Amino acid sequence: MTSEAVNTAAGGSTATGTGTDTIVDAGTRGVGADVGRPDGVPKVQGRFAFSSDLWADDFLWGHTLRSPHASALIRGIDIGPAVAMAGVYAVLLADDVPGCLTYGLEHGDQPALADGQVRYVGEPVALVAADHPDIARRAAEAIVVDYEVSEPVTDAEAAPTAAPIHPDGNVFREIAIRHGDLDVAGEVVVEGVYEVGMQDQAFMGPESGMALPDEDGSVELFVSTQWLHVDREQIAACLGIDEEKVRLTLAGVGGAFGAREDLSLQVHLCLLALHTGKPVKMVYSRDESFLGHVHRHPAKMWYRHHADRNGHLVKVEARIVLDGGAYASTSSAVIANASCFAAGPYKVPAAHITGLAARTNNPPCGAMRGFGAVQTCFGHESQMDKLAAALNMDPVELRLLNAIGPGDRLVTGQLITGTFPTAEVIRQCAYAPEPEIPLSDDRRDLPGGSGRTTDAADTVRGTGFAVGFKNLMFSEGYDDYSSAACRVSDGVATITCACAEVGQGFVTLAQQIARTELGVDEVILAPAQTATIGSAGSSSASRQTWMSGGAVQAACREVRAQILADVAAEWGVSPDGLVLRDGLVVSLDGQQEALLAQVTAGTGYEADVEYHHAPTEALDENGQGNAHVSFACAAHRATVDVDPDLGLVRVRDITTAQDVGRILNPTQAVGQIEGGIAQGLGLALMEEIVLDDGIVRNASFTDYVIPTTLDMPDVTIAAFVEEPEPGAPYGAKGIGEPPTISSSAAIAAAVRAATGQALPRIPIRPADIALG
Amino acid sequence: MSDVVVARSLDEARGALADHPDATVLAGGTDLMVEINRGLRRPSHVVGVAQVPELRLWSVADDRVTVGGGVTYTEMMTTPLADAAPALAQAARTVGSPPIRNAGTLGGNLGTASPAGDTLPVLAALNAQIVVVGPDGERRMALDDFVVGVKRTSLRPGELIVRAEMDRPTGRQEFLKIGPRNAMVISMAGLALVADHDARAVRCALGAVAAGIPRARDAEAWVAERIDWDNGAGVDDAVAAEFGQRVAAASAPIDDHRSTAAYRRHAIAVLATRALKRAFAQGGSSDA
Ligand SMILES: Cc1cc2nc3c(=O)[nH]c(=O)nc-3n(C[C@H](O)[C@H](O)[C@H](O)COP(=O)(O)OP(=O)(O)OC[C@H]3O[C@@H](n4cnc5c(N)ncnc54)[C@H](O)[C@@H]3O)c2cc1C
Repeated sequence: MTSEAVNTAAGGSTATGTGTDTIVDAGTRGVGADVGRPDGVPKVQGRFAFSSDLWADDFLWGHTLRSPHASALIRGIDIGPAVAMAGVYAVLLADDVPGCLTYGLEHGDQPALADGQVRYVGEPVALVAADHPDIARRAAEAIVVDYEVSEPVTDAEAAPTAAPIHPDGNVFREIAIRHGDLDVAGEVVVEGVYEVGMQDQAFMGPESGMALPDEDGSVELFVSTQWLHVDREQIAACLGIDEEKVRLTLAGVGGAFGAREDLSLQVHLCLLALHTGKPVKMVYSRDESFLGHVHRHPAKMWYRHHADRNGHLVKVEARIVLDGGAYASTSSAVIANASCFAAGPYKVPAAHITGLAARTNNPPCGAMRGFGAVQTCFGHESQMDKLAAALNMDPVELRLLNAIGPGDRLVTGQLITGTFPTAEVIRQCAYAPEPEIPLSDDRRDLPGGSGRTTDAADTVRGTGFAVGFKNLMFSEGYDDYSSAACRVSDGVATITCACAEVGQGFVTLAQQIARTELGVDEVILAPAQTATIGSAGSSSASRQTWMSGGAVQAACREVRAQILADVAAEWGVSPDGLVLRDGLVVSLDGQQEALLAQVTAGTGYEADVEYHHAPTEALDENGQGNAHVSFACAAHRATVDVDPDLGLVRVRDITTAQDVGRILNPTQAVGQIEGGIAQGLGLALMEEIVLDDGIVRNASFTDYVIPTTLDMPDVTIAAFVEEPEPGAPYGAKGIGEPPTISSSAAIAAAVRAATGQALPRIPIRPADIALG
Repeated sequence: MSDVVVARSLDEARGALADHPDATVLAGGTDLMVEINRGLRRPSHVVGVAQVPELRLWSVADDRVTVGGGVTYTEMMTTPLADAAPALAQAARTVGSPPIRNAGTLGGNLGTASPAGDTLPVLAALNAQIVVVGPDGERRMALDDFVVGVKRTSLRPGELIVRAEMDRPTGRQEFLKIGPRNAMVISMAGLALVADHDARAVRCALGAVAAGIPRARDAEAWVAERIDWDNGAGVDDAVAAEFGQRVAAASAPIDDHRSTAAYRRHAIAVLATRALKRAFAQGGSSDA
C-alpha cells in the first residue's frame, strides 16, 4: 500500500460516536499511536522463543501414533515391540487416560486417544515417550494395531441418513432461520449452487509444547494455544484432577487462525509427563500438523435470491451444508454463523435459511478466521453479482441499494444498534481510484509468474467486488468475558492477562492502553498463564482488542481511581480535578503535581477485574433473537489478469475499505488487513486440503500451497472507516477477520469478469478455467 | 545414525563410494534432507559431494555446454553459462526459492529423477549425455537411459554423476512450467523446446506428464518440415496449434492431487504452441 494511504487513514476521521471514551493523549506511545511490537524485532532476528524451542533438563520426547484409516474398529493393540525398545519410557493407550476420555470445545465427543474405534485419518491412537525423538517415532511405528477397516462416510449431505459414525449421531446441528413473510416472491429471481473447499490455517509454527510434572501430582504445561483456561478445563477433566493442579503458561505461538482453539497435544503431553515423572516435549512435523488440527469447513450452498424490478431484495432462500468431519469441535457455532450471515450485509425483509453441520469420516473442521462467514460470503456475493446481471444493474449500485445499517434488522430479527457503516465501506472501496497497472513485459508479473508460461497478449483483465461481515465476540448467550489485573508500583505498571498473543498484537495494545490510562511510559506485560489470573477468553472471533483490551482498560482505570483518591485526600482536593500524565499526578488547575513513582513507591496499587460484553440471547426455533454483540464489515475490489487458455491467474491489486470502529495502532491494522487478504487470496485460488476417501493427499507445504510474494498483490487501503462503536473500549472494533471474509469472493468475481465463466467453486483451479 | 564422509576431491568421493557402494550421495540436500527429515530414508553411509571442485566445473564450447553435477541453480542462472544454455537458466529460475537455488544442484535433480525435475526436459531437448563414474570407470548415456522410471535411475551402486554434456544449438530455447501458484511450485506440466537452425530441427521434451521425460519426436519431425528455415519467417498459427496437439500426444499424464490428466494434456498443447511461436518469433523475445 502507499504511504499516503496510511497517513490518510491514520489521521482520518475523528470520533463522532456517542457514549464512547475519548482518547487520552499519552504522548506518542499510547492508544492510537504507531507503536512497534515488543516481540517484533526478536521474531525477525530469530531470537523469539517459540513453543518448539522449549528445553528442560532430562526431558523426554513424545510422539503420537495416528490412525491410517478413516473408519475402522480396533480389534487389538500390541504395544510390546515398542515397550521393548531401549530408550522408551512409556507407551500409553486410551485405558491410560485416568479421567474423562473425551474432550471438546462445545460437545465433549472427541477421545484423547482412540477407544476401540477410529473415525478419521490422523486420529491419535497411542502415545510414546522416549529419550530421543527418532526413538519415540520408531517406537510408535512398532506398535501393532489390528484394524477392522470399514467404508468411511465422506459426503456431508448423505451423512445424516448414513449409519451413525458416533453414538451422538451424524448431525452436529441443524438450524433454520425463518424471517418475514416467506410466501413473497420477487419479480426477478436468481439461483445458484456454490462450493468452498477445505482450507487449512497453515500457521508456520507447528503444534508444540512441554509438560513438567510435579511431585504433588500436578502438572505444568507450556504450550502454544488460543485460550489457556479452556485448555486447562479440558485437560484437567481428562487427567481426572482439579483444575488448580494443571498450570498453563503460554509459550511462543507461531500463528493460530483458529487452528489452536481445539486441543491437540495438550492432554497427551500431560499424560506422558505424569506417567513418566519427567518433562515431556512434543513438536509435530509439518505433515503431522495437517492431521493434528481442525480445518475450515468445506461448504456446499444452494441460494435463491428474490428482488423487485428496481433491485430491492425481497427474499433470500438458502441451504448451507458444512462438512464438520469426525468430531464436533466448534461446528455448531460455525453453522450458526454461516446461517445468520448467509444473506450478507443487506436489508432482507424475508429469509428462509437452513443450515446443516454434519459428521463424516473426514478430518474434523472447526474454527478458522472468518468462522462460517467466509463460506457464505462467497455464496451471497456470487448471488448479488448474478442478480445485478439479471437486473442489468451495476453490481456496486445493487449492493448500495440494499446495504444494511444502524436501525435495520438482520435476518435473525436483531436490530442493529451499534455502528455498521456498510454503505460507506462499499463506497470508499468501490469508488476509490482504479489502480493503474500496466500489463508488464516481465513474465514474472503475469499469470504463471516465474514459470514463463504467459505473455501479456495471452491475458484478459477483470475486476470484481465483494462485501462481507460477521459478528465480533461469541454469540448465542455465551458470556466470553476477559480478566485482567493491573498493578502500579514505583511508577511502573504491570499488566497481567491470560490473553493469548497469537500474532494479532495484543502485547502491543495492552501496553498502549495502560500508557493511555495511567500516564506512564513503562508497562510490563506479565506472561499469560492460568495460575494467578482468570480467563481471557479465546484469541478468536475478532474479540481480544475489545474484550481483553476492555479488561486491561478497566483494571487500569480502577487503579487510577485508587491512586487519585489517595492523592486527593492528601492534597485535600477532589479526585475529579486530578489526572495522571507523563509519570506525574497533576491537578488540572496546575497548582500541584507529584511523581507517580513516589506516590506508588513501595506499597503499590492493584486491581483485578472481569470485563463482560453486553449479554446476548439464544436463537429461537425460527432462528430469531439478539444473538450477537456487534458486527464489522469490509469490502474488497480485486483486479486480476487471467490466462484463460491455461487457467492461470495473477491478482494485480486488492483495494479495500473496512469498518474498524477506531484504529488503535495503524501498522497493526494494516498487518491484519494484508495478512487476512493473503489468506483470502489463498482460498480463492490455491489453498485446499485434497481428500480421497478421507485421506489427506497433500499434507505438506510442497502440495498445500499458500501465496508467495509473487502471488500477493499490492494492497491499497482506500479507507479505514472510523465510526466508533458504542460500548467498545475506545470505540474500536475487532479487525482480524473481515479482511479474509470478502477478499476470496472479490477475487472470484474478478476472474469471472475476466473470463465470462460461472466458476461456482473456490478455490478456482487452473482446470476450472481452462477446461470449464 | 549415519556415518558421513565429506569428500574434498573427486578421488576422495570415488574412494569413499568404493568403500561403501551402498552409500548415499549428498549434494545440496534439498531433496535428500527432506526425505531424511520425514523419515522416508535412513542412509547408513553418506558421502557429501558439495565440496568436490571437479563437480562444480562447467564449460562452454562452440557447439557444446558441459555442466558439472555439483553446479547449482544460481550458477546456471548466471552469465555466461546462462547465455550458452538459456533453457537451463530459465528452468533453474523456476526452481524453488533463492535458498533452494543456492543449494540445489543439477546432479541432485538427476539423482532424484522425478518426472517433475525441472532441468530434465531441458537436458532431454539438448540431447544431453549424462556422464557417471564408478568402480568400473566412466559410463555415458542419454537421459532416456539414465531416467528409467518415476524417481528411478540406472545409476549403479557406487556411481557418481559427474557432469552432463549437452548441445549448444544455434536457435532459441524455451522452458515453460505450470504450477498452482506463481513461484516456488512443483511442476504440474513443463516443457523445453529448442530450435536448432544448423540441423534444421526442433527438439521438445516434457516434464511432469509421464513416468519419464518424453521427447515429442513425431511432433518434432512434423514441424521441422513446416518451418521456413531459409527465410526465418515466423510460425503459422495453425501450424503452431497443430504442433501443440502433436506434442500433447507424446504425454501420458495421470490424475493426482496436483491436477488432472485432462488438464495436463491440454496445458502441454498450449505450452508447446507458445514455445514454438516464441522460438521462431521475429524480432526479440521477452526473456524474463
Ligand atoms: C522448497 C523446495 C522447492 C523445490 N523446488 C523444486 C523445483 O521447483 N523444481 C525441481 O526440479 N526441484 C525442486 N526441488 C527439489 C530439489 O531442490 C532439486 O531436485 C535439486 O536439484 C536437488 O539437488 P540437491 O543438490 O539438493 O540434491 P540432494 O538432495 O543432495 O540429492 C538428491 C538425490 O540425488 C542424489 N545425488 C545428488 N548428487 C549426486 C551425484 N553427484 N551423483 C549421484 N547422485 C547424486 C542423492 O543421493 C539424492 O538421491 C525443491 C526442493 C525444495 C526443498
